Amino acid sequence: MGFLDRLMGRVGPASDASGRVAKERLKVVLEYDRARLTPAQLELIRDEIIAVISRHVDIANADVEVKLEQGGRLVAEIPLGRSGGGGGVTGGGGR
Amino acid sequence: MDEQSQRAQVFTITSGKGGVGKTTTTANIGVALARRGRTVAVIDADIGLRNLDVVMGLENRVVYNLMHVVRGVVDAERALIRDKRVPGLLMLAADQHSDKDDVSQEEMVQVCEDLRTHVDYILVDSPAGIEQGFRNALAPADRVILVTTPEVSAVRDADRIVGLVEAAGKPAPVLILNRIKPDLVARGDMMTTADVLDILRVDILGVVPEDAGIVAATNRGEPVALDASSRAGRAFHNIAARIEGETVPLMALDEAEAKGFLRSLSNLFRAGPDGG
Repeated sequence: MGFLDRLMGRVGPASDASGRVAKERLKVVLEYDRARLTPAQLELIRDEIIAVISRHVDIANADVEVKLEQGGRLVAEIPLGRSGGGGGVTGGGGR
Repeated sequence: MDEQSQRAQVFTITSGKGGVGKTTTTANIGVALARRGRTVAVIDADIGLRNLDVVMGLENRVVYNLMHVVRGVVDAERALIRDKRVPGLLMLAADQHSDKDDVSQEEMVQVCEDLRTHVDYILVDSPAGIEQGFRNALAPADRVILVTTPEVSAVRDADRIVGLVEAAGKPAPVLILNRIKPDLVARGDMMTTADVLDILRVDILGVVPEDAGIVAATNRGEPVALDASSRAGRAFHNIAARIEGETVPLMALDEAEAKGFLRSLSNLFRAGPDGG
């Protein structure tokens, strides 16, 4: 939205202004609300993904990340373990 | 709108979170629509916690309330209290001594049905929350007006209402952003109207600036819209005009904002009485 951009441009550099902080916090909270997910559930999903994937391939368990992105995208970042060559397997899915 | 020939539209005013100004908003839209020559029934659906009567300064004139109508003690039309200051403005009080569960959705729909042929508009002031009282207030709604303030908690609750209204098969709510403090917005310490719209993704019906006059007016039981020269009063008159299909620019809380709003406003009532 052009208007938004202009407004952002005007408010501009103060990315720590509390109004901006409020908006960013709201966005995150609402992603979880709308998806009916809690951070705790995400943690559980993460653990189960690790269990399933590691049956087939060596992964770096500690670095596995499952997060809810804007627009209702659940994204899992699964770095392979050392023997796998250091690349990453990324899986994404809709709401 | 022609006198008795048409059926009134029911607007339910709701917010999720309490304390954001639902009742004040209901009273003032009622005053503003009546000042435009319409007949308006405002109904306090907050059973057990009656407030609309004191906000409007009509507390001493309540004889019958919503529960009397629901129980068939009196006809809905006869239970309405006429506001002598504003011809055409009528109020149905809530019952202080009943419970929200004492009324069903069907009964609320019926009360509004009974009134539809007597007035031009019916405004239902919903209780806070998302429980039975909210569902009762939502049931008769043709349109939903969502009131929020530019705060994280209020907007989060408002988002929940947007979802519940949709789930109930009602048209998407239109938003009134209440208690905007232009000085805070200007220095970046309050979310802008654009921020809130970006998050909630609903159309805007109006913005109401924070106005100390509202507190003083409410203390006296005189809705601020009785004084169309006050800033907040003007905001409510603009809202009433938009409800009636006029294109009125959003109050210029700041020039850059006002320009952008014109665009979103032009889409607002495009779809007509049933549309978003």
